Amino acid sequence: MTRKAKFAWVAAFLIIVLGVVPWLITVTQRWDLYYTLTSVALLSIASAGVWITFYIGRINIGQGAYALMGGYVSAILVVQYGVSFWLTLPIAGLFCAAASVLIGLPILRLRGVYFAMITLVLTEVARLLALALPITNGAKGMVSIPLPGAVELFGVTLIPDFATLDNVKPAFYYLSVILMILCFAGVYRLVNSRLGHLCRSLQQNEELASSIGVNIAYLRIIAYSVSSFLGGIGGAIFVAISQSVYPSSFTVVVSINFMLNCFLGGLGYVFGPMLGTLVLYFGWDLLFQTGKFQLLIYSSVLIFLMVALPNGLLSLRWSGKKQA
Amino acid sequence: MSELLQVVNLSKRFGGLVAVNGVSFSVQEREILSVIGPNGAGKSTLFKLIASFLKASEGEVRFRGQRISNLAPHRVARMGVVRTFQETTIFKNMTVRDNVIVAHHLRAKASLLGYFLASSVARGEEAEFGRSADEILAFLGLDAIKDELASNLPHGHLRALGIAIGLATNPAVLLLDEPFAGMNHDETMHAVEMVRGLRDRGVTVLLVEHDMSAVMKISDRIVVLNFGEKIAEGTPAEIQQDENVIEAYLGIEDDAIGF
Repeated sequence: MTRKAKFAWVAAFLIIVLGVVPWLITVTQRWDLYYTLTSVALLSIASAGVWITFYIGRINIGQGAYALMGGYVSAILVVQYGVSFWLTLPIAGLFCAAASVLIGLPILRLRGVYFAMITLVLTEVARLLALALPITNGAKGMVSIPLPGAVELFGVTLIPDFATLDNVKPAFYYLSVILMILCFAGVYRLVNSRLGHLCRSLQQNEELASSIGVNIAYLRIIAYSVSSFLGGIGGAIFVAISQSVYPSSFTVVVSINFMLNCFLGGLGYVFGPMLGTLVLYFGWDLLFQTGKFQLLIYSSVLIFLMVALPNGLLSLRWSGKKQA
Repeated sequence: MSELLQVVNLSKRFGGLVAVNGVSFSVQEREILSVIGPNGAGKSTLFKLIASFLKASEGEVRFRGQRISNLAPHRVARMGVVRTFQETTIFKNMTVRDNVIVAHHLRAKASLLGYFLASSVARGEEAEFGRSADEILAFLGLDAIKDELASNLPHGHLRALGIAIGLATNPAVLLLDEPFAGMNHDETMHAVEMVRGLRDRGVTVLLVEHDMSAVMKISDRIVVLNFGEKIAEGTPAEIQQDENVIEAYLGIEDDAIGF
């Protein structure tokens, strides 16, 4: 793609998510869509993290653990220490990144299905920890977490106090979407810089990568901590929206969904997780009317898609282009 | 000539099995040294030990007088001792050119953050690596296929790509693992020229190989292993006359070692 075409795509995307969608929602009075789309934005941030671990050749089914961790870190800081939500957001991300370094050091030596199994367990461990630790308030969870406050710089209000807004939904929508755009811009830059090259070398052959001088252990940790950082941020905002967090806020199923989002969108495309999340989230909701067949249809369609489109939905566009 | 690489009393045991047993030899600068021996003689293990992909049980490897055994492989590569692999070990889902560009990593000075933020050092390096990759591909006669996906390449080109990857790391010593395996006569002769070309670029070459006629043709010196022990060392002419070597290859016709 030329520079101009890329610019046009980005501009169109920004206009749609920041202008057209809110306008449509106002016109149609479908305020519930704000909540749905906010969720999609947040889930795709966490999925982008999972996607990065895929990019270094690791199947990650443990993102739920970091989302839960990020949520609790933010909630505890806000409720018990009165820290501003806006400050807890990066802290939650960094806390998860630091934790993932400690967790990643031993487990990133594993490959393939072994790494996947350990990460799967990780989500369950996080849930049990949240149940057992005194600071997380056990199964009762933490409720009535205050909404994000105002941010002022030199007396100018940059972000209004969310509690004073008439309708908090658009505010959270904008927050999540803007963060999502920033995160994907970051991931896009990462993948298209030399770092992405190195990650791909890791994904394809770790032995060869280390023989050409790539510090594979270091690079794996970096990628995994960036991944967990995104998971933590996503979790923290989720908690702020629902104003509550429980040990069951993020479960193994959520972790698996993060992975499915990446599969569905396409592991080879930066924007795969975003598209995957959107399609899966709405697909699941649409199937709600089928009642008890919801899960059956959902899983069958997914299996079919993985067989028919192993490189994800986005591969449709590229392969179409090649033939033309 | 000076000694670039020294292998000193090197041993490797896997449980009760002694794969390499007290092997010593040294490699001179800008020399082509071949390691030969019957199957299971410990050649590949020796290579892995030199490149530090395995930990030595005893003894050590010195490069320019410095001990390199038991360092992390990427650090050994950084010092200039680079191992290439058999043909299947390439980055399959990258183009030929990308394979070579990424292999320039050893020369990179910019930090990981520098890459992310596109610092001027990183951008300069990126351009420089592209040029250097093109030069290497032209040198090895791969420039016509540089935009092909590596997984689509035929056998002979894969081998050349493996050497290109090794060359991109700008090594002092390049370890080639069976560079002529599975090649016909013409391809082998072409590859022999390629390896000589490496030496002319100032690279010291250490290779493991089964193709005796190629080994005899290309090597300055040869080290022969059998059951993990060094049984002979010398010029191709000396090796062909060596009693121990002939005995080790007993059961194989004489012409197998190039008579």
